[in-house]
Amino acid sequence: MAAAPEAVGGGSLRQPMGPLDYSRRVWLRLSFAAVLLFLYTPIVTLIAFSFNDSRRNIVWRGFTLKYYEKAMNNDGLIEAFTNSLTIAFLSTIASVILGAMVAVLLWRFRFLGKAPYEGAVVLPIVIPEICMGVAMMVFFARIGWPTDLPWPLNLGAITIAHISFSFPFAAMVIRARLVNFNRELEEAAKDLGASEWQAFRDVLIPHMKPGLVAGGLLAFTLSLDDFVITFFTSGPGTVTFPVKVYSMVRFSVTPEVNAASTVLIAITVALTAIAMWLQNKSRSGA
Amino acid sequence: MENWRRNPLVFWVVGLPPTVWLVVFFLAPLSLIWLLSFGEKRGIVDIEITWVLDNYARAFDPLYLQIFAKSLWMAGITTLICLAIGFPIALFITFAPQRWKPWLLLLIILPFWTNLLIRTYALIAVLRTRGYGNFALEWLWDQGNWLLTLVGLGEFQLLGEKFEPLVLLYNNTAVVFGLVYVHLPFMVLPLYAALDRLDRSYIEASLDLGAGHLRSFASIVVPLAKAGIISGIIITFIPALGSFLTPDLLGGTDSQMIANVIERQFKSANDWPFGAALSFILMYATFLALAVRAMMSRGGSATEAG
Repeated sequence: MAAAPEAVGGGSLRQPMGPLDYSRRVWLRLSFAAVLLFLYTPIVTLIAFSFNDSRRNIVWRGFTLKYYEKAMNNDGLIEAFTNSLTIAFLSTIASVILGAMVAVLLWRFRFLGKAPYEGAVVLPIVIPEICMGVAMMVFFARIGWPTDLPWPLNLGAITIAHISFSFPFAAMVIRARLVNFNRELEEAAKDLGASEWQAFRDVLIPHMKPGLVAGGLLAFTLSLDDFVITFFTSGPGTVTFPVKVYSMVRFSVTPEVNAASTVLIAITVALTAIAMWLQNKSRSGA
Repeated sequence: MENWRRNPLVFWVVGLPPTVWLVVFFLAPLSLIWLLSFGEKRGIVDIEITWVLDNYARAFDPLYLQIFAKSLWMAGITTLICLAIGFPIALFITFAPQRWKPWLLLLIILPFWTNLLIRTYALIAVLRTRGYGNFALEWLWDQGNWLLTLVGLGEFQLLGEKFEPLVLLYNNTAVVFGLVYVHLPFMVLPLYAALDRLDRSYIEASLDLGAGHLRSFASIVVPLAKAGIISGIIITFIPALGSFLTPDLLGGTDSQMIANVIERQFKSANDWPFGAALSFILMYATFLALAVRAMMSRGGSATEAG
């Protein structure tokens, strides 16, 4: 299967076009280019105009970093950014631990009611974000979660909500990594006198490591990106970056928001690229 | 896989913490909303669970039925447009040289990694009256006028007296545009997965036996990729139906979708029981769509095996 397309489509342009060379048909190439234009124009203009030396934001007047400086000096924006990073950091740690536990549980054991249990674990992934958001908001209001705690404890509600929707994603990624673990290695360790814990720490954890890192990066990105659920769990004193941008966007489109958004895009793209690279590496290493 | 009884200690150590978390911080909040949906408002914050169905009945009020219909319509149109755009894209990637495929896929997924809010904000910057879209149109208008003057038709003002910016934002079209923009990768990925698995010799046979490309597409490619098509439709439709941010930021007063009504019940309108009932209706709709997908994929794999 893998070799066939290479033979069909991989040839140079001098070869006559085969009947299945859809990728060389002009109309398909044009539609692909049009879709790329559609997907990238908004983001690229946003990034480009964050460096534009004009408030009007539509005519190019030269390169500047002054909006980055302005964004840096905007205390509200910086506070929101710090909050977002703190929440993402805490949520990532908890999500990786809980996700790894679920992954090991589902991979290793047979138990009664496993199918419904798996269903419950993926539920946070499938239900609409708005439903989870309002559920979290009502839950914290009802149990009387304190809202006047000092930083960073005031971020507790948001962090908990983020862990709840992130750890199932982490569990899926880690479980995919566990599938190609050779259990004989663990048994060999135990035969040689390792305890359950030693076998886990010295054999299983090292194997899971790429999965743990990929799952962690995924959880970090999910937390950093989330708007809807945070919107319902955040209070006036606990604004995250997306929530802050939301309130700024409602008023106007400003170059500072462009600058701050560009920074966030750069962070998420870099993190996801690392996650993809690690996953590819772990797959080819298996 | 081993039976949990063989090693109950390990089973409980790895099983208990995530299960407790899931129950306390996910299932409990959901159950709370579910209970509230059968409640009645007694005061500003007091809600009594009286097991009435009034909140669900109220959702069938024409005003809300219309919003449900509108949400289904918008999500449906979005899904169809994504399918129409996504199919050629998936086809293109499938038949591209093997070494390009990951990169082409990456190009489609990359925008998906950037924050939803930022992408929506970027669309606002393009679509608003003084945005890049209208700016580009104005430039074209100016060039057109210059060209007309050049050929001596300048005084007829064929393009109108003055450039009128188009209203591209704060209407239903903008919402559908935004939803397509956000959800396109959801459609392309399952379509690509299905098309990539497809045995090409069937298409070749069809072409050899004299069917044209369109005929082969309709009677070979589409039936064989059916599971992927259905999967793509549902994976696109579900999040589109529950969208909050896109209609909120790009829509006008008449482009409210269910999620916006739910938000209003929990924030400004402060009617939690009704908002809870609406959330659960949305959730049941999601489950229904997932059940359809599960059924279809089972049917699809049965025919593939047969």
